[in-house]
Amino acid sequence: MLKFATKRIGLALVIAALSVTLLFIIIHLIPGDPARTMLGPRATAEMIADLQARMGLDKTLVEQILIFFGNMLRGDLGMDIFSNRPVATIVFEQLPHTLALILSAIAWSATLGIFLGCFSAVRRNSLADRITGVLAVSFIAAPAFVIALYSLLLFAVKLKWFPAIGAGEPGDIGDIIWHLVLPSFAIGLSWVGYIARLVRASMLEIMGEGHVRTARAFGLPENWITYRYALKLAILPTVTVIGVGMGFLLSAAVFAEIVFSRPGLGKLVIDSITTRNYPVVMGSVLVSTILFVASTTLSDIVNAILDPRIRQAK
Amino acid sequence: MTDTAIVKTRGEFADVIYHLVRDPLGCTGFVIVLAFVFAALFADFIVPYDPIALNIKERLQGPSLSHLMGTDQLGRDTFSRVLMGSRVALQVALPTIGGAMFIGILLGMIAGFGSRTVDNAIILFFDTIRSFPTVMFALAVVALVGPSLKTVIFVIMMTSIPTYGRVVRTQTLSLRNSEFILAERSLGASVARILGVHILPNVMGPLAVLAAMDIPTVVGLEAGLSFLGMGVKPPTPSWGSILNDGYTLIRNTPWIIVAGGIPLILTTLGFTFLGEALRDVVDPKLRGQK
Amino acid sequence: MENDILNIRDMSIHYSTPRGTLKALRHVNVSVPKGKIIGVVGESGCGKSTLISAIIRLLAPNANLASGAITFDGKDLFGLSEDEMRGLRGTDISMVFQDPMQTHNPVLTIGRQMTDIQYRDDMTMEQKTKRAVDMLTQVGIPDPAARLNQFPHEFSGGMRQRIAIAMALMARPKLLIADEPTTALDATLEVQIIKRLEELQADIGCSILFISHHLGVIAELCEEVVVMYAGEVVEQGSVREVFHSPQHPYTKALLECDPGHIKEKTRNLPTIPGEIPDLVNIPAGCAFAPRCPRVFDACHTQRPEWTRIKEGQHALCHLAGKEAVQ
Repeated sequence: MLKFATKRIGLALVIAALSVTLLFIIIHLIPGDPARTMLGPRATAEMIADLQARMGLDKTLVEQILIFFGNMLRGDLGMDIFSNRPVATIVFEQLPHTLALILSAIAWSATLGIFLGCFSAVRRNSLADRITGVLAVSFIAAPAFVIALYSLLLFAVKLKWFPAIGAGEPGDIGDIIWHLVLPSFAIGLSWVGYIARLVRASMLEIMGEGHVRTARAFGLPENWITYRYALKLAILPTVTVIGVGMGFLLSAAVFAEIVFSRPGLGKLVIDSITTRNYPVVMGSVLVSTILFVASTTLSDIVNAILDPRIRQAK
Repeated sequence: MTDTAIVKTRGEFADVIYHLVRDPLGCTGFVIVLAFVFAALFADFIVPYDPIALNIKERLQGPSLSHLMGTDQLGRDTFSRVLMGSRVALQVALPTIGGAMFIGILLGMIAGFGSRTVDNAIILFFDTIRSFPTVMFALAVVALVGPSLKTVIFVIMMTSIPTYGRVVRTQTLSLRNSEFILAERSLGASVARILGVHILPNVMGPLAVLAAMDIPTVVGLEAGLSFLGMGVKPPTPSWGSILNDGYTLIRNTPWIIVAGGIPLILTTLGFTFLGEALRDVVDPKLRGQK
Repeated sequence: MENDILNIRDMSIHYSTPRGTLKALRHVNVSVPKGKIIGVVGESGCGKSTLISAIIRLLAPNANLASGAITFDGKDLFGLSEDEMRGLRGTDISMVFQDPMQTHNPVLTIGRQMTDIQYRDDMTMEQKTKRAVDMLTQVGIPDPAARLNQFPHEFSGGMRQRIAIAMALMARPKLLIADEPTTALDATLEVQIIKRLEELQADIGCSILFISHHLGVIAELCEEVVVMYAGEVVEQGSVREVFHSPQHPYTKALLECDPGHIKEKTRNLPTIPGEIPDLVNIPAGCAFAPRCPRVFDACHTQRPEWTRIKEGQHALCHLAGKEAVQ
C-alpha cells in the first residue's frame, strides 16, 4: 500500500510540475503580454517595461519557470499588483467556498447516482430501468450553467424558495447550507447521470461474473449478493471517476458562482479578468490545476484502499 | 471491441444508419442533430428578423406570433438570434473536434506504434493536459489575449486531444500485434501503409462515437464561455450570449433565458442520444445484448 | 430410482433468442445413484452448462423448461419455490466451477466468503471459522488459519480450486456438481485435485456429477459415463463398456481424438470434421449425421431410437446393437 501510494504521489507531483510548466509555455507562446494587458491601451512603453521587470517578465522563459517553482514551493504565488496583497492569500480566501460547493455536489450526486445505478441494474430492462436510463442521459447532457440559470429562475426568482445571491452569513451553518442548495444542485445534476450509468454498467458486468454465480450456487440471499458482494466491486470505478469529476466540477463551479453571485475561485478569476489583474488569474488557475491533480491522486489511493488487488500489487 | 474490429466498408454505412434509426432514442437524436445542422447552415434564409437589428420600440416583449420567443432589451428578435446561435455552435464544434481528432489520431498512433519511451512520453503529455480544468485554463488564456471564438476553439481543442489520443493508442496497440498486421509487416508493408490502410479504418468507429459524445461538451463549453463574456463578441448571437442577456434581465423577462437554454439542451441531448445509439451499433458486443 | 439422489427425466430446455427457439437440451435422461460418481463428457456447446444450470435452477432468464422434470432427493426441483430452491443450494447441492480464478469475490477475504456461506447455520463466528479451517486443512491448504485473512488473488489457481472444493463440501452436501474442475489447471495439479476429491467423496459419501471433456479423468474417477452431443445424451453406460466398446460413432470419435488414447506417433492429431449443428434449426433425423463417418440414408430422415445394447449401456444410433461400430 505504502509503495503504491508513494509511486502514485510521485507521479502526481511530476504531472503537477509538468502542467504548471506547460501552462507557462502556452501562455508564453500566445501573443499577448501580461504587463500590457494589465496596464491597458494607454500605457507608455516605460510603464510597461517597469511592470514587466517587477513581474519578472523580462527574464527568459526558463528563468521565469524556475523562479516561479522556487516561489511556489515557499507558498508564494506572487503579489497582486493592485491591492499589494499576496496572491496566495487572496486565492486561499476564496478556495473554501469553491471546495464546499464541489464537495457538497459530489456528496449528493454520488449518493443518488449509486442508488439509481443499483436500482436500475437490479431491475434490468424494466420500465423503471429504461426511464432511469433516459433520465441519466438527459442529466449528463444538460450543461451545468443552463441548469444553474433555470433553477435560479424557477426556485429563486419565481418561487423564492431559495436565496438567489451569495454564500450565506459566515459562521451560520444553516444559512450557508441554504445558499449551497441551488448551486450544488446545478453542478451535481449531470454527475447523478454519470454515476448512475457507470454503477449500472459495472453492476451488470459484475453480476455476470463467475463469483456471483458461485455466491448464488451457495444459496446466498439475492440482496446480500447485490449489496454486499457486487456493489463493493461496482463502486471501484466510481471512485476513480469521482476523482476525475473534480476537474469537471471545478469548471462547472465557475458558472454556478457567477450565476448565483457566490464568492469562490471562479468568481475571483472572472472578476480579475475584468480588472486585468493577471497575477490573480494565474494563481487561481494554478491552484485549481493542482487541486485537480490532487483529487485524482486521492481517488486512486482510495481505490487502492478498497481494492486489495491494487493495494498489494508490487 | 478490440478482437472483433472489422474494417467498415461503405456498404456498412447504410447498415449503421439503419440500426441508428431503428433505435427510438437514436432516431430522436438523429432528427435533432439534422435540425441543428440545417438551422446552422441555412440560418440566413430562415430567420424571420435580422438577429442584430435593433428595434427599441419592440423591446422586452413576451412571446407572440410575430416574435415566437419574444425580444430582448434592444428589441432584437430572440428566435432569430437563437437560430443564428446554432451557427456559432457549429462553427466552434467542427474545427474543435476535427482538430482534436486529427492531433489525437496522430499522437495516438505514434504512441501505439512507437517505442516504449515515446509511448510513455505521449501518455504523460495526455495526463498533463487532462489535469487542466478546462474552463479555468480557458480563462487563463482569455485573460491574456482577450475574448474571441478562436481562443475558445484553441483551448477546447487542446483539452480534448487526450480523449481521442488515448482511444487511438489503445486500438493501435491491440491491432499492432494482431496476426493480420504481423503478416503484412512480414511482407514488407510500410508503417505508413499499415497505419493508414489497416489501423485508421478500425479506429474510425470508436472515434465517431467519441466525437458525437464530445460535441455536447464542446457546444456547452462554447455557450458557457460566451455566457461569461469570454467567447463571441457582441452583437454576434451565441446561445451563451443570449443566456447572458437573459441573466441580466432575469427579474424582468424570463423568456430570454428559457429560449436560450432550450436549443442548447436539445442539441446536447440530440448528440448524446445519437452517440449512444452509434456506440451500440459500432460496438457489436453491445448490440443486441440489452 | 429410489436409489437415485438425482433423476433427470426427459428434460428439454429451450432458450428464446432473436433467431428463434434454441433447443439447448432435448429429452435428456440422466440419473445419479446415491454415493456414486457419474461423469458427463461432450465438446463445448453440447449442453453441459445448461444441464448444470438446470439442476441448480440458475438458468438464464430466456431459458424455459419445455418438457420433463428433475427429481432430487425425492423433491421435484422445478416444483419448488424460489426460496425452497435457494435452501437446497449450498446445503444439499453444491458446485465447483470450471475457472478457479473467477470463483471467488476478489475484494472479500477467503475467510469472509467461507463463513458467509454458513449463514444458515446457527453457530458462533468462532465455530464457523473453525469449520472453515478444518475444511481447508482437509483439502491440503497449509497454514489455513492465517490464510483465511487473505484475498483470492493471493492464492494460485490450484489453491483456489482446493478452496472451492472445501467450500462446496463444507456443508456435507448430498450431491456435488463439478463443472470441469480441473480443466484450468495443469496436469500434475489435476491428479492431486482428483485424488483429494475422491478421498473426500468417500469420507462424506456424497454423489458427484462430474463434467469433463478429459476422458482420462472420467475413466479414473467415475463408474458411469454419459456422453452428450448437441443437446442430447447419445450414449450412456459403465465406464468400462462405453470406453472399451463404444456404440455411438460420436463416442468412438471422441475416444480417438483423446491425446491420451493415441499410441502411435502421428503428424496430425485426429479431429472430428465438421461443426455441431445449429440448435435453432436442428436437422431432421440424427443430429450427428452431418459429421458421422457411418452415415446412411435413414440417418438424415429418421430419428434414431434410444437402444439398449446390454445391461447398463444404451446408445442413440440407428446402428446401435445391430452391428459393432468399428
